[in-house]
Parts: sequence; C-alpha cells; structure tokens
Amino acid sequence: MIPNRPAIAWRDIGVPLAVLLAALALWEALVRWKNIPPYILPAPSVILAKLIEDRELLFSSLLVTLGVTVEALIVATVCGVALALLIAQSKWLERALLPFAITLQVTPIIAIAPLLLVYLQPGNAVLVCAFLVAFFPILSNTSLGLASVDFGLRDLFDLYRASPWQKLIYLRLPSALPQFLAGLRIGGGLALIGAIVAELAAGASGQGTGLAYRIVEAGFRLDIPRMFAALALISLSGLAIYGALAALSYVLLRGWHESARAQDE
Amino acid sequence: MTLGASAVRETQVTAPALVALRAVGKTFPSGLVALADYDLDVREGEFLTLLGPSGCGKSTVLRLIAGLANPTAGAIDWNAPQVKNNIGVVFQDATLLPWASVFDNVFLPLRLKGVAREAASPRIEEALAHVGLLNFSRALPRELSGGMRMRCAIARALVTRPTLMMMDEPFAALDEVTRFKLNDDLLALKRRFGATIVFVTHSVFEAAYLSTRIVVMSRRAGSIIDEIEIDPAIPRDDDYRSSRTFADVCRRASRALRVSIEEATP
Repeated sequence: MIPNRPAIAWRDIGVPLAVLLAALALWEALVRWKNIPPYILPAPSVILAKLIEDRELLFSSLLVTLGVTVEALIVATVCGVALALLIAQSKWLERALLPFAITLQVTPIIAIAPLLLVYLQPGNAVLVCAFLVAFFPILSNTSLGLASVDFGLRDLFDLYRASPWQKLIYLRLPSALPQFLAGLRIGGGLALIGAIVAELAAGASGQGTGLAYRIVEAGFRLDIPRMFAALALISLSGLAIYGALAALSYVLLRGWHESARAQDE
Repeated sequence: MTLGASAVRETQVTAPALVALRAVGKTFPSGLVALADYDLDVREGEFLTLLGPSGCGKSTVLRLIAGLANPTAGAIDWNAPQVKNNIGVVFQDATLLPWASVFDNVFLPLRLKGVAREAASPRIEEALAHVGLLNFSRALPRELSGGMRMRCAIARALVTRPTLMMMDEPFAALDEVTRFKLNDDLLALKRRFGATIVFVTHSVFEAAYLSTRIVVMSRRAGSIIDEIEIDPAIPRDDDYRSSRTFADVCRRASRALRVSIEEATP
C-alpha cells in the first residue's frame, strides 16, 4: 500500500542509530585513552557488563517502573477522556472542573510527591504521581479535539437531525481522535517522569523497588556503573513507550492522514 | 427591461410554491442584518439560482430554508411538511467525514435516520453509480480529487431522494473543465430525479447555464434586484452556451449584479 515505507523506516532508524554507535565508540575510546576510573565515568562496555551482571535486580525494577507507568497511563486515559466528555456536555461543568485540573497540572509534581508519600503507601503514591502528570495532557487534548469539530460537518449532522448520541459516536469522537492520540503520546512520556520522580522522593526515605530507587541506592554506594545502567533502562523505557504510542497513532490515523497514493494509479 | 429573445419570459409562471419565505428577516446577534423583509417562492420542479455578490445573504437564505438557522422575523411556509424533513444540502466544501470511506460518507444520512447498512446498501450504490463513483466506494476522501469529492457530496445529498436540493456554491472551488462537466451531470441528475433545486452562486455564467429562474440579490440585506426566467425547454448544451438567449441572460444578470454592487458602495 505504501511502497517506500521500508526506505523511510531505514532512514529514520539507521541514521540516529549510527550516530549513537559513533558516540558510544568515542566515549569508550576517551575513557580508555584517558584512563578515567569507572567511579567517575564508566565506559559503555563496563555499563553493559553491569547491566548483564545485575540483570535480575535491574530487570525486576524495570518491570516495576514500567508496570506503574502503564497502569497510571491507562487510568489517566480513562479519567481524562471521561472528564473531557463530561466537560464537553456543558460550559458550567467546564467552569467548575477545569480550574482544578489546571491547578494540579501547574503544581510541580516533585512538590506534591512528599505529601502523597505521607498519606499513601509508597507504591500507591508513585502510581498517583504518574497518574496526575499524565492525566492533564490527555484531558486537555481530548477536550480540544471534541470542541474543534468542523462547522460544515456540524451543519450536516444538524440537517439530518442527528441525536446528541449520534453526533458523539459518528462525529465528535472520530474528530477528536488525532488530538486524543497526541495527548496520549505526551501523557505516556509524562507518566514515566511522574513515576520516576515519585520514586526518587520515596527512595530518599529508603523505600521503593523501581528503577529510580536503584539509582538512589547505587548513588549511596557510589556504584556509578549501576547508576548508568539503570539510567539506560529508563531511557529505553521512555523510547519504548513513545514508540508504542506513535505506532498506535499511525495505525489508527494512516487511513485519513496518509494521503492519496493508494488510489492514484 | 426588455429582451429580444422570446425564450426569456418576463411574465411569471405560476407553479405551486414548495416553500415560501414571507417578509423574512435575519439579524445576527452581532447586529449584522443579513436579510430584511425578504420574500421568495421556491416553485416545484424549478432550478432556482440565487445570484449575488459575496455577503448579500444568499447563503443565509439557503440556511434558513434548510432549517440550519432560524429567521428573526417573518415566516417560512411549507407546502408539505414532508418536504421540509427531506432536504438534501451540498455545501461549498464537500464536507465529507475524512475518516470514512466514500460508501460510508454516502451512508451517513441513512445511518442517522436509523437505516441498517444492508438495507441501505442498494440505495447507496445507486447514488454512487449516478455520480460515477461506484468504483471508488472504498476510497477515503483524501484519495479523491476535488471534483470527485464534490460528486461524493452530491451522492450523499441524493441518497435520501430529497424533493428539495440546496446547493451553496458547490463548484466554486473547482477548475472550469471540472465545473462544466459537473454542471452537465447535475442537470442530468435533476432530469432523472425531478427534484427542485435551489442553487447559490456568484458566477453569472453558471447561473445562466443551469437555471430556469435567476434571482439577483442586493448586498443590502438581500433585497431582490431582478428576476430572470429562462425557458426550461431549452436544452442546456454547448449550443446554448453560445446562443443569443444565453448572452442576453448573462448581460441582464451582469447588469443587475453591477447595480447590486454599486448600491452597496456609496
């Protein structure tokens, strides 16, 4: 259907991958040449060795962090879309509810985390933090999408006397889909940040099992290679979440965002 | 104003009015008066064109008849209420659902009326066949040209078999060749379906080619400057386009249009 897709994929993945490998090689060479000790700057090979050596510990932590992030993102999606639909029903609800959502959004999550840790179990506090930061972009993008329906299409539905329910199902939800997916992509990245931030706050009090806690713990022990190893896993998690959501977006929107080629023989 | 061509009749032919606008006014909340004290009869079976400069209220007339806006004064009288409930509208823009196939776009009016997909299918295919899009029923709007998109919009308006079709500058954005072709196709469809058409345009030539009656509107709250009748019996083809009658209609409509513009600019 899209003939030159593999070429695009190769260019999009190959170029940054080549640059990354070059940077890693330079890093490795620099560390070896200058004899930098691993407790100051570990070489990539040392980090990789650490990743393999500590795999059980690190991967179980990775699963914890990813689990919390995905869980928070799902809850944030359900709540964000539900609230967006509610707000779309009336201006009064929007006036009543939106200020609270905005206040939660503009208050830095790092400042809320300690308080949540007072009231909640550490695991739940981390989940709530991740939820709070992921929720707002999904809410605001979905709201925007639901509100920005084409005027002509709105007239068309009025002409055929569509019920509010029909308008929602056949017009407003599909219209909102691109914006919702954009919100979801932002929310996915933020959920990971929220989870990490909350865990750092929790980790300072000596509790936690996620990747951020491994960083804090390794920092206390001056195990710099393990800090880097955990950091690498966090970066990869972020990339994986972004990639998965971008792929979802592509699958859902390609029909009407990818253009004319299919039919223009 | 007198015209040499006998085909252009000065006297009004009285066919029953499908819908009548009586002293209709439309003032927007901003205070802008789009229409004031406006009278118009839409006669059964005619091809009525509202011609006028932009901002003269012609689209407002169309929206009022379609029930997309309410008049702030006067009344809109319907000959038969079932006509009011089955109006087809083609907007300036094709206004298709971008995520839905051509088939699903044409299905929309029936779907909103609660008709099941299987039951609607033959009617959709018939409508698509009439506009020459049967082979494109699975295509998405983005894969179509502007003219094809407009055909899809016309098929969608036809699928409910409306008695009255309203068209708001449907071909304004198309190139001339496509426009001529669609004009001919529209006339063929009208012959086949016999619907009454109210057409809005700012093109004198398009109005003269398509219409059986042209109403030229003034920019001042839509008052009517001239009304031109064209014999429905004249075949609309290339000969007509180069005929004396066509030239006379165009001259008269252009003159009225000029008056309409000059009236508005003191």
